[in-house]
Amino acid sequence: MVDRRHFIKQSAGSLAALGGLALLQRSGLAAAADTTALSGKESLVNLTDRPPNYETPVNYFDAPFTPNKHFFVRYHHAVIPEINASEWRLRIGGDALNSPLEFTLEQLRNDFEQVEIAALCLCSGNRRGLFEPPAPGLQWGSGAMGNALWRGVRLKDVLARAGIDKSALEVSLAGADSGVLPTTPNFVKSLPLAKALDENTLIAFEMNGEALPHWNGFPARLIVPGWTATFWLKHLTALNVIAKPFDGFWMKTAYRIPKDRFPSGQFSSQETETAMPITEIVVNSLITNLEDGQSLPKAKTIDIKGVAWDGGNGIARVDISIDGGVNWQQATLKQDYGRFSWRQWHFAFAPKQPGSYRIMARATSASGATQPLEAISNPSGYHHNAVQKMTIHLA
Amino acid sequence: MRTLVLLLSFFAATATAGENRIFLKERPGKNQVVAQCAVCHSLDYITQHATFLDRAGWEKTVGKMINSMGAPINDADKRIIIDYLAQNYGH
Repeated sequence: MVDRRHFIKQSAGSLAALGGLALLQRSGLAAAADTTALSGKESLVNLTDRPPNYETPVNYFDAPFTPNKHFFVRYHHAVIPEINASEWRLRIGGDALNSPLEFTLEQLRNDFEQVEIAALCLCSGNRRGLFEPPAPGLQWGSGAMGNALWRGVRLKDVLARAGIDKSALEVSLAGADSGVLPTTPNFVKSLPLAKALDENTLIAFEMNGEALPHWNGFPARLIVPGWTATFWLKHLTALNVIAKPFDGFWMKTAYRIPKDRFPSGQFSSQETETAMPITEIVVNSLITNLEDGQSLPKAKTIDIKGVAWDGGNGIARVDISIDGGVNWQQATLKQDYGRFSWRQWHFAFAPKQPGSYRIMARATSASGATQPLEAISNPSGYHHNAVQKMTIHLA
Repeated sequence: MRTLVLLLSFFAATATAGENRIFLKERPGKNQVVAQCAVCHSLDYITQHATFLDRAGWEKTVGKMINSMGAPINDADKRIIIDYLAQNYGH
């Protein structure tokens, strides 16, 4: 453990990229820590090749919206078909639906009201690599997230066309990607009916004004604002309205958290006595223009910049400490793009003298929730929202 | 045999060029690890976990691949794979 930290510290100063690269360094993959290109993607940090998992270097978060070419990529399965939009169909079915339907992309675009929403897409395991002790799973740094403008149609409008039966409990979601072996459980998820019918839950076909990139779910994906990206099914192919809890591996076993350590999951049909699915994003923040261990020339003011977010209450304030948490001062929040978007903030730090400063950032949501000083441990390493702490040296 | 051909063709179809840069240690058991694990995923999944999975952790992980992810690995190969991972990529 000492080795890992020591190594990261030593490497940090010389690394241009941030968390992800350091994580690859510590895993002994330094030579492999190139930014292997996926078609249409640039400058992402490679975690795994197949299935492809790539995170965004943190400096790209210093913008209201994350460009598509820099948007992170996360897959569970290696078979990811290139989909021809004109041949794509979305099937709506299930035992709690009156009349099964099938839609083409054009029908979805033309038959329903289109809406656009700014929302943060955040991997449940973002920052897993920061857990101590480590949690098994992809060792993400801080870059398994991105903020985007998503355009599509409301899931509730599409389901209403097919007629929901009063027995409906959940809506299961399936996509076109699959495992290599037929024995591997497909990545199928479900939503409680209330979240599926939320006016903000979309079937999206555009991202930041362009068609969805292949690696982010072309031609259509689900957008579940406020919930972690495990529910944001890519390459959507089938939605089933069902009367019983969906019992596949990816709901019953994976993506679960202990009930006693986190707020209510709003998904009672998938809860057991002790565990529940990870659902709502927890309040969090990230400094985007500085890194731990960085040396800077002492200036009159240093603008500390970052982003803050939560699961849909909106950000009320961000507080910054430059003395390791003894004193806190409020940062200035930038433009509000809606309660599901992250919120940019900045803070003019006026250092009186050269030296080392312990910088911390802490967000508070409109509901009053705030970040803990240490991450809340859980077996799969989800919801890492500890207050960020970094030391910078001013000479 | 038919299954094997099918698997190999899947592997060939899904492997990416970048994977050629991932090399596992040349020790006994490597052949079984590559043959079984790389059917479904690149081998960087192994190196990424090497800093913190101990033998018990690798046993759990290989068990998950068989029991949850449907990897058709027999008991003899399972033992060889766990030994290789614990000895060469164990914490």
